[in-house]
Amino acid sequence: MPQDTLAGAGESSLGFVVPQRARFDEPLTLKSGAQLPSFDLVYETYGTLNAARSNAVLVCHALSGSHHVAGRYEDDPRNVGWWDNLVGPGKPLDTERFFVVGVNNLGGCYGSTGPLSVNPHTGKRYGADFPLVTVEDWVAAQARLADQLGIDTWAAVLGGSLGGMQALQWSLQYPERIRHALVIASAPKLSAQNIAFNEVARQAILSDPDFHAGHYAERGVVPVRGLRLARMIGHITYLSDDQMAEKFGRQLRHGEHRFNYDVEFEVESYLRYQGDKFAGFFDANTYLMMTKALDYFDPAYAYDGNLAAALARAKAKFLVASFSTDWRFSPARSREIVFALLHNRRSVAYAEIDCDAGHDSFLLDDAHYHAVMRAYLENIET
Amino acid sequence: MSETLPRAMNAQERERFDFAVIAGWIPPGERVLDLGCGDGTLLRYLRETKGVEGYGVEIDPARVLGCIRNGVDVIQIDIERGLSGFEDGSFNHVIISQALQAMHATERILGEMLRVADEAVVSFPNFAFRANRAAIAEGHMPVSEDLPYQWYETPNVRFFTLQDFEALCARLRIEIRERKAFDEAGQPVADDPNLNGSLAFYRLGRAR
Repeated sequence: MPQDTLAGAGESSLGFVVPQRARFDEPLTLKSGAQLPSFDLVYETYGTLNAARSNAVLVCHALSGSHHVAGRYEDDPRNVGWWDNLVGPGKPLDTERFFVVGVNNLGGCYGSTGPLSVNPHTGKRYGADFPLVTVEDWVAAQARLADQLGIDTWAAVLGGSLGGMQALQWSLQYPERIRHALVIASAPKLSAQNIAFNEVARQAILSDPDFHAGHYAERGVVPVRGLRLARMIGHITYLSDDQMAEKFGRQLRHGEHRFNYDVEFEVESYLRYQGDKFAGFFDANTYLMMTKALDYFDPAYAYDGNLAAALARAKAKFLVASFSTDWRFSPARSREIVFALLHNRRSVAYAEIDCDAGHDSFLLDDAHYHAVMRAYLENIET
Repeated sequence: MSETLPRAMNAQERERFDFAVIAGWIPPGERVLDLGCGDGTLLRYLRETKGVEGYGVEIDPARVLGCIRNGVDVIQIDIERGLSGFEDGSFNHVIISQALQAMHATERILGEMLRVADEAVVSFPNFAFRANRAAIAEGHMPVSEDLPYQWYETPNVRFFTLQDFEALCARLRIEIRERKAFDEAGQPVADDPNLNGSLAFYRLGRAR
């Protein structure tokens, strides 16, 4: 999820990319019942759509991600896409074979219509009035983008974490429009513990005096403290205990105990740094909404909790992958998806990748992980 | 010209031979689960020759990758922990080809196999094969085409014979529906298979 921690080298085999904007004037009715009269999605594409329009791949982002999946910007060359290690010429998701689309989801804060956008009815920013959107709504909006790009069927839809949920949802919502779903480090629904972490993050934001019931932008302030805390707690869940021990241990910043509340242990410094950085660019309303989209996601909900029944609609072939040290969405959660697919006799490959980096492993370029991705993607016909 | 003596098969011939024997017991179009499926070659063979709908189970990461390269549906889980998640009777046949001897939870695995499938196909090297007995008699652990490992590097953890296996099946109320034994040259063995058979194949079901 913290794509910002991985970029930075300023290198990308894709070179410069340019974000684009799509406008949709047909109203979109959301799962909550609310309606968006119109909306914009910003997106990027890499590679070339073939004549048969059969080589398109959609990459879905997770909580804090964006449409900037790969490449870098000419005017901001250090801003490398969040999954640049996977996507590019000759990379596992090879842009010489595939036409890859990255999109900032509805409600996002990177340019797609969201809480920071101006509500056409009021002339003011939506702020807290932006309706809650769900994974289903994101997929519906992505389908509109596919229509506009002339993509009838995705060769594949893939994503990690919340992005994997979108890939799974695509296979249920538009079973005829997706040939392969790659569901990485994901889960068929959140556990009570997952929701609990989200709730703490939300309370951090909601209780920030600068939150102003979500209309902070009107007042020219940002609930920085809340966002910072939300990000700090999130980060703890993205890393593994082992990795934290290895990275920070009990290392002291000043080599001694100082008996105060300043940064003493290196892990505190890391969390504060991540929190500060995030609070500097991410929108609090978007963050709140993303966590709710995660909480609500549960395809089995309408089937009395029977995931196998919920997945009966899926027609795609699946790659499901999990990481051994991911305790946020543990391998057991991925296996739930695998066995529900097996019940429905769907084609599925499941890899449980040994990687010490916890939930964030899906963003790393672990050799075996990338070999699995490459092998699966290479077998997809274009 | 002297008559050519049957020679031991090379690795590739052995693999093809193994597959052919197993395939002979799998009717076309079945649902098949292959435990310890390696890089999925057997499943691919069964898909191509029998049109089966197959899934493999494998724990080794490199072999799982091999399956994905081969376009074979593979599930990376540890069979030693059982097959929970696989539903009762969800397969026609479950196969464990020369892998049972490398697993600890023998009884549990056999029980699980006949829970998830109507029939099980098991193949394993016979430790009581004549040449293996001779090696022991000479004071060494056997190394052969069917047991191609030195004692210090073998993945095998269960050393058993046809007689041993059949006794366990009887105890577990597993019915032996068919048995085939072959020597190192791949010739079928009828006479005293526990002595003359190097490789054994069983088709098993629940005792009725």
